[in-house]
Amino acid sequence: MNIVVCIKQVPDAQSVHFDTEKGTLVRGEAEAIINPFDLHALEAGIQMRDSYGGEVVVLTMGPPQAEDALREALGLGADRGILLSDRAFAGADTLATTYTLAKAIDRLGPVDLVLCGRQAIDGDTAQVGPGLATRLGIPCVTSVSTLEVLDDRKTMHLRRVCEEGYDLIEVEMPALLTVVASLNTPRLPSLKGKIRARKAEIPVWDAQELGAEPGRVGLVGSPTQVVSTSVPKFEARREMLEGSPEGQVEALVARLKEAGIL
Amino acid sequence: MLRVDRKKCVGCGECEEACAFEAICVKDNVAVVDPNVCTLCGACVDTCPEGALEISSNSGEADADLDLWRGVWVVAECRGRALAPVSLELLTQARGLADRLDTALTAVLMGYEVGSESQRLISYGADRVLLVEHPELAAFIEEVYGNILADLVRKERPEIILAGATAMGRSYIPRVATLLETGLTADCTGLDIREEDRALLQTRPAFGGNLLATIVCPRHRPQMATVRPHVMKVGVPDLGRKGEVISISPKEELLKHRSRVLESVKEQAEGPNLTEAKVIVTAGRGLEAKENLALVRELADLLGGALGATRAVVDAGWVSDRSQIGQTGVTVSPKLYIGCGVSGAIQHIVGMQGAEIIVAINRDAEAPIFNIAHYGVLGDVKEILPLLIQRIKKERG
Ligand SMILES: Cc1cc2nc3c(=O)[nH]c(=O)nc-3n(C[C@H](O)[C@H](O)[C@H](O)COP(=O)(O)OP(=O)(O)OC[C@H]3O[C@@H](n4cnc5c(N)ncnc54)[C@H](O)[C@@H]3O)c2cc1C
Ligand SMILES: Cc1cc2nc3c(=O)[nH]c(=O)nc-3n(C[C@H](O)[C@H](O)[C@H](O)COP(=O)(O)OP(=O)(O)OC[C@H]3O[C@@H](n4cnc5c(N)ncnc54)[C@H](O)[C@@H]3O)c2cc1C
Repeated sequence: MNIVVCIKQVPDAQSVHFDTEKGTLVRGEAEAIINPFDLHALEAGIQMRDSYGGEVVVLTMGPPQAEDALREALGLGADRGILLSDRAFAGADTLATTYTLAKAIDRLGPVDLVLCGRQAIDGDTAQVGPGLATRLGIPCVTSVSTLEVLDDRKTMHLRRVCEEGYDLIEVEMPALLTVVASLNTPRLPSLKGKIRARKAEIPVWDAQELGAEPGRVGLVGSPTQVVSTSVPKFEARREMLEGSPEGQVEALVARLKEAGIL
Repeated sequence: MLRVDRKKCVGCGECEEACAFEAICVKDNVAVVDPNVCTLCGACVDTCPEGALEISSNSGEADADLDLWRGVWVVAECRGRALAPVSLELLTQARGLADRLDTALTAVLMGYEVGSESQRLISYGADRVLLVEHPELAAFIEEVYGNILADLVRKERPEIILAGATAMGRSYIPRVATLLETGLTADCTGLDIREEDRALLQTRPAFGGNLLATIVCPRHRPQMATVRPHVMKVGVPDLGRKGEVISISPKEELLKHRSRVLESVKEQAEGPNLTEAKVIVTAGRGLEAKENLALVRELADLLGGALGATRAVVDAGWVSDRSQIGQTGVTVSPKLYIGCGVSGAIQHIVGMQGAEIIVAINRDAEAPIFNIAHYGVLGDVKEILPLLIQRIKKERG
């Protein structure tokens, strides 16, 4: 089974803390990690390969240092990593991102399964998975929480999580799935894996290598543009209610009545 | 490219602080950008007091055809045969946008035996309803819904399309945007019109709510956005309002699909679901034991709200992961959030900071959640919750 796992390097939210003076969330020394959901996608890919054979290729589009994310994935058990990197890719919105990822996957040859995280914790759009599937011309199932390959090895049964429960879905392969955290528990890297990862060669594909049209990648190929940004302010909201437990409860009820909730 | 105007830059370092990626720093009194790290998010551009930073894109000139696209569309969402609440929120918001653009508002209603909802869409502001009904649409399939919507858009050319940022919307609207090769802004919490060029200003939180970005789609049509449920207000329906209902039967070729829904399972017992609830009472590890969850449930029921949970509680197996709020769970913005024994880890906060009123019950005065709580109650949840439940019952008589 040929499996492609798309991973994104993101800043670690752990390094964010709250600045009470300014009333904002501040990002500290932002360490880069693999997007948490993508570790679950990778784990699913590795398990499938171990059951059915084939290989797991990890793919990321990002700056040169995104290579670290690929090495980490190799340490966890991926077979190969490919870095899509070119200054022309910078500033890509999801439409340009999926164009670039699709070009790379086409270049890899036939795939049976493409796995993505449900969403990246920085950009947070959850649009790359469904958009990529559309470009590849394969079906997409989002927010997958359980996964089973049927005996024909061409069909899968999946649970798709939604607001009110879940749908049980049957899908033909090749397909693209975006996964949620409850799908599995990602493994830790093995020593052997780490050594292999350190030595592994990671090819870098740029726009030319991909045969990408210059007008369709990066900022230039992105229909959406960020025109302004702001850091949300939290009002000075902190009020510690005072007194005995009964007194505090009384005060809380009064506040909630004032707000029209009770 | 992010460009620094060296004549204007005074090396104050505001940009360095604003950058979440350490992509810009001051060297020898002038800001220097590392283009390999810069994501072109624009945070620094806005903070620069000298106006020395600029993001330039060399993308082509304005598309002459933009004027061919007119009208605002709302994609209605049906769960089974009933409209999802977010559809009414969208109509209310979209009515205002359409009025400012002096154009018509259309609702697209897809499903099977859903036509009876058409009048409701009209009463909330739609001028016309495009009703697409077919047995194949009874269950939601991304490919089919996406193909039909993209086909309608190509024919009718609306300038704006809004859909709910729900599980359903987020799974197939990106397909539509990709088929149409246009921009899609995710999970918006604010929408506005820039009058001079009719552009839709789309505001959305990113980086787990740490940044609010306003996004436009200047050269492509339609301008598409998914909108977070429960953020926009629902208007008052005008039951006598008249509108047109146009029935459309989808072409066979659009109904082809390679996935199907075998079964839809409702997991939630009763009460509102988490993302749409007005009140959420959240269980944290400070409840200490699974039995105490009953207190949280009781309070939630009493307030007509839903039960939420931290990841610690989900990991302990007390509740299913569908209740998890936060970075790897769902994002909620209820009127009232009550955290019971919740510490306020950043990964949790990013999922609930949009709540109108945040109440925290915790026995540790130093718990970080008190930093963002409007009202803090210091005490043992096992003592406070029964008191609160009793007191509210008394209030209700
Ligand atoms: C403040 C801000 C707001 C933005 N808002 C929008 C917006 O509304 N609409 C829009 O189109 N773009 C937007 N973007 C751009 C968007 O963040 C990028 O296009 C990004 O490359 C992909 O989107 P995402 O991070 O949301 O990924 P998601 O779609 O949330 O990611 C889902 C999955 O796709 C895969 N994936 C994502 N990115 C990569 C990658 N680079 N390489 C390999 N796999 C990947 C991973 O498996 C990931 O788990 C915004 C950017 C910023 C800085
Ligand atoms: C990549 C990643 C993603 C994550 N995503 C999420 C996410 O989406 N959502 C999420 O919630 N977490 C997430 N987490 C976990 C998060 O970091 C915290 O561990 C978690 O939110 C803590 O849950 P808690 O507040 O219930 O427990 P704790 O942090 O253990 O806090 C318990 C609190 O209860 C108080 N307490 C104890 N006993 C009592 C009592 N009797 N009465 C009153 N108060 C009491 C304590 O003072 C303490 O403040 C994530 C972590 C990582 C690394």
